[in-house]
Amino acid sequence: MRTDALILSAVFGYLGLLFLVAAWGDRRAEQGRSIINSPTVYALSIAVYCTAWTFYGSVGRAAQFGPSFLLIYLGPTLAMMLSPFIIRKMVRIAARQRLTSIADFISARYGKSVGLGALVALISLITITPYIALQLKAITVSHAVLINYPQSADSILYNERFWMDRSLWVALVLAVFIILFGTRHLDASERHEGMVAAIALESLVKLVAFLAVGIFVVFILFEGPGALFAQVAQTPALSQLMQLESVPGGATGWVGMLLLAFLAFLTLPRQFQVLVVENVDEQHLARASWLFPLYLLLINLFVIPIALAGLLLDAGDPDSFVLTLPLSAGLEGLPLLVFIGGLSAATGMVIVETIALSTMVSNQLIMPLLLRSKALHADSRGGLARLLLRVRRVAIVLILLLGYLYHALIGDTYSLVTIGLVSFVGAAQFAPALLIGLYWRGATRLGAMYGLIAGFLIWGYTLLLPGFAQSGWLDAALLTDGPWGVGWLTPYALFGLEEWDIYSHSLLWSMLVNVGLLVGISLFTRPTPLEQTQAALFTEALHPNLQTTPLQRGQTTQGALYELLVRYLGFKAALRVFSKRTHNFELTQPHLPASDDVIMRAEQALAGSLGNASARILINSVVRGEALDIESILSMLDTTTQTLEYNRQLKQKSDELARIGQDLQSANDRLRELDRLKDEFVAMVSHELRTPLTSIRAFAEILASHQDIPESKRQHFLQVMVLESQRLSRLIDEILDLARLESGRMPLNAVPLDLAALADHSLEAIARLQEERNVSLTVAIDERPARVIGDPDRLEQIIINLLDNASKFANQEDPRVLLHLFKQNQHIYLCIEDNGVGIEEKEREQVFEKFNQLLSGDQTTGKRPKGSGLGLPISRAIATHLGGRLWVENAQVLNGARFVLRLSEAVNI
Amino acid sequence: MAKVLVVDDEPNIVLSIEFLMEQAGFEVTSAADGEQALEQVATHTPDVVLLDISLPGISGFDVLEALRSRPATALLPVIMLTAHGREVEREKGFALGANAYITKPFSTQALVDQVQAVLAEKTL
Repeated sequence: MRTDALILSAVFGYLGLLFLVAAWGDRRAEQGRSIINSPTVYALSIAVYCTAWTFYGSVGRAAQFGPSFLLIYLGPTLAMMLSPFIIRKMVRIAARQRLTSIADFISARYGKSVGLGALVALISLITITPYIALQLKAITVSHAVLINYPQSADSILYNERFWMDRSLWVALVLAVFIILFGTRHLDASERHEGMVAAIALESLVKLVAFLAVGIFVVFILFEGPGALFAQVAQTPALSQLMQLESVPGGATGWVGMLLLAFLAFLTLPRQFQVLVVENVDEQHLARASWLFPLYLLLINLFVIPIALAGLLLDAGDPDSFVLTLPLSAGLEGLPLLVFIGGLSAATGMVIVETIALSTMVSNQLIMPLLLRSKALHADSRGGLARLLLRVRRVAIVLILLLGYLYHALIGDTYSLVTIGLVSFVGAAQFAPALLIGLYWRGATRLGAMYGLIAGFLIWGYTLLLPGFAQSGWLDAALLTDGPWGVGWLTPYALFGLEEWDIYSHSLLWSMLVNVGLLVGISLFTRPTPLEQTQAALFTEALHPNLQTTPLQRGQTTQGALYELLVRYLGFKAALRVFSKRTHNFELTQPHLPASDDVIMRAEQALAGSLGNASARILINSVVRGEALDIESILSMLDTTTQTLEYNRQLKQKSDELARIGQDLQSANDRLRELDRLKDEFVAMVSHELRTPLTSIRAFAEILASHQDIPESKRQHFLQVMVLESQRLSRLIDEILDLARLESGRMPLNAVPLDLAALADHSLEAIARLQEERNVSLTVAIDERPARVIGDPDRLEQIIINLLDNASKFANQEDPRVLLHLFKQNQHIYLCIEDNGVGIEEKEREQVFEKFNQLLSGDQTTGKRPKGSGLGLPISRAIATHLGGRLWVENAQVLNGARFVLRLSEAVNI
Repeated sequence: MAKVLVVDDEPNIVLSIEFLMEQAGFEVTSAADGEQALEQVATHTPDVVLLDISLPGISGFDVLEALRSRPATALLPVIMLTAHGREVEREKGFALGANAYITKPFSTQALVDQVQAVLAEKTL
């Protein structure tokens, strides 16, 4: 069944499909109808992170170290969560400067440095080659497993002659394939839409394949996760494996692995390619920041179950469990699907990585060299673009051959995961230059350069060299005794640091030295003007002002610029630069000066193809003048920042002032109103005081100047004087009471008391007066005792006042008053009604105002009863102070007015 | 004998003014509110009116305004006699056509002098 022919046709069928998708994506891009302009495609393309290493190796690592493999995916999840701060900035910079790779990016940050770019390209080549080898190995091994099962795969892997080595053929097929759709365009710009579309498809295929084998293992082989874990629980060695403690290196191992994955996710050339360079729209990051972690979650869902199942069933090499488990069940289709899934994971990685590396090699290593040779400048029009493509194609073949060589020479000693992690630590060496450069303007080219070199050397010593030693290329004693027997130089335990796992160990030392040199040297070196400019453009990339300002100030003619573009990029690209604004462009006046905008676009177009350092050299060959210098950029940023800040503060201050003004205005209005009320009160008080005083004075003068008044009249006048004096005193007392109540200085003696008894007492006190007025009084006390808290004297004052008012306002012919005391809803009500004319609705609150005697009075007689006009205001103030209420309503029995005093019932007296 | 009308709602004040006016040789009538005052003016045709401002119902100012608006009483001497001592009220009284303005409490002698002065002015 599993014949080579079947497998090969499946493989080529799959690669053919990929090629079609890529071609379709490219054609759509040319038509301006991009199919990758979608956050979902973007997220799927990022999933190129999951290589054959994930596909086969995660299970292998889980079988060996438990859940520690998850850290490799938590790192990227963390990076995606932080994408608004880090990746967004990188994407914006790369889009603005049209950067083509991480080497281009770092070179651009440090003053478009040719040397730094070349260094990054070189280090990438060295650190990533093993990783490519890993993919080749995965394809070869999985193919061998598929063909040979149930025999061991090793038998055919070791017994092949050179030309029979399948890895070589895999590498060559892939090289052709990558050349076919990675470098199809004459216009070698930085974006590859077709490739991204194909990668997104590959991500889907590998996810489906992995989920399929996972579902098969868990639900068909083991009848559900419950059954699987029940079996595991019976095997102590296995259940122990799944404990979190099984991570190598313990807690430091956890942190180290997480940090490593986080950094590598940002710095691996292929991740940088899909994350930053191929990003079509910054907005896509938002959805990708949860969609990609979700993808990681899905593809890792079945890793532990598969690992456990493989161990339970003893399915051979853990790295091949995903294949051997369905094979052991006698299936034919599923293993083929898994193989294609693994193939997609491996090819996806190899394609993107190779394109990224070949771009670096051509733009950062070869192009700068070619530009130095004078012969090139005389080259025919557009010839350079073709040369560039040739360079890339050669680079692709060389990179793949390099991967093959690594695989053939030392690849077999390491497991899949091990090789991957070695590359991770290598790529992580770019992180300090990249990340610190994004936020610290002071980082300089020399600092980045030395940090990078030192970090790389330490990586080589602590991870790469031991690999050679293990393969037998070096003396194995290096690993145990150190070089020349110096123990503290042992690659896996520098300075005696032995407990750590080898990756955290290498990461620690390399990062320590890398960051230390970067920061240290930066502090003591002066950056060039271009470096400063680029540093500012990078660190301030998210500054809103930077989006719209042209960064180029220089002079050249349109003709010279056009000539340059045609020579290096060809006619089409040159036209695109010039005709962005003017349709049907025709260069009719080549002697006219080129605008800053056109110069900038020309540099960007060159950068997109040749890398920023080369583009700078070329632009400088025709443009006089420099890019915007650091001072102008900083002042531009600072003035606006300062102005904005200043404006914000001004606005805040003026808002504050306006608010204070408003407050003052309303306070002033209130004061005026209070002042008016006070004046009115004083006028009323004085009026009320003058009235009795008038009688007293008049009669005093009469008595003094008229000695001959008859005795009876004399007595009458004297009596009037006494009464009016009493009235005056009472009035003054009331005014003082009211003043004290209103200012809150009235001492109230709040004690528990019985309101019913108090009502009795008040009735007694006023009985004689009522009799005089001939008032018929009805008393109904339903609650006895009626417990309340209050000041007995003051409450009695209220009751007497109300009773007095009632008898005064009652019908003069047949005055009747009713006192009713009852309890309702934890309140004691004391109501006093009369049979007078009552109080109209609109006047019911007025009666509680000071001196507001009812002017209407008794309409029938035209007389109004006398009073100070302060009794009710005082009564209400007292009731309020005691926590009660006093109001007036329609009488229910006697049809006059009904005053209600309500107090809370006191409990626990 | 000249007739004096006292308009005030305070019985004790009316009592004292009645006594003073009688002693000075006038005939006195009284009214306790504005309506009564206008009635009394119509029926008794007093020679001078002593008019309070704060009255039940229509105020003293209203009474004064009514008197001035009627030809028969347009020139009737009116002395405001009130506890409202503020300048604004005083000015309002004169503006409405009061002949004099006395604030309570008043000097009995000054009141009598003022009544006589107003009457003397009228007879001239």
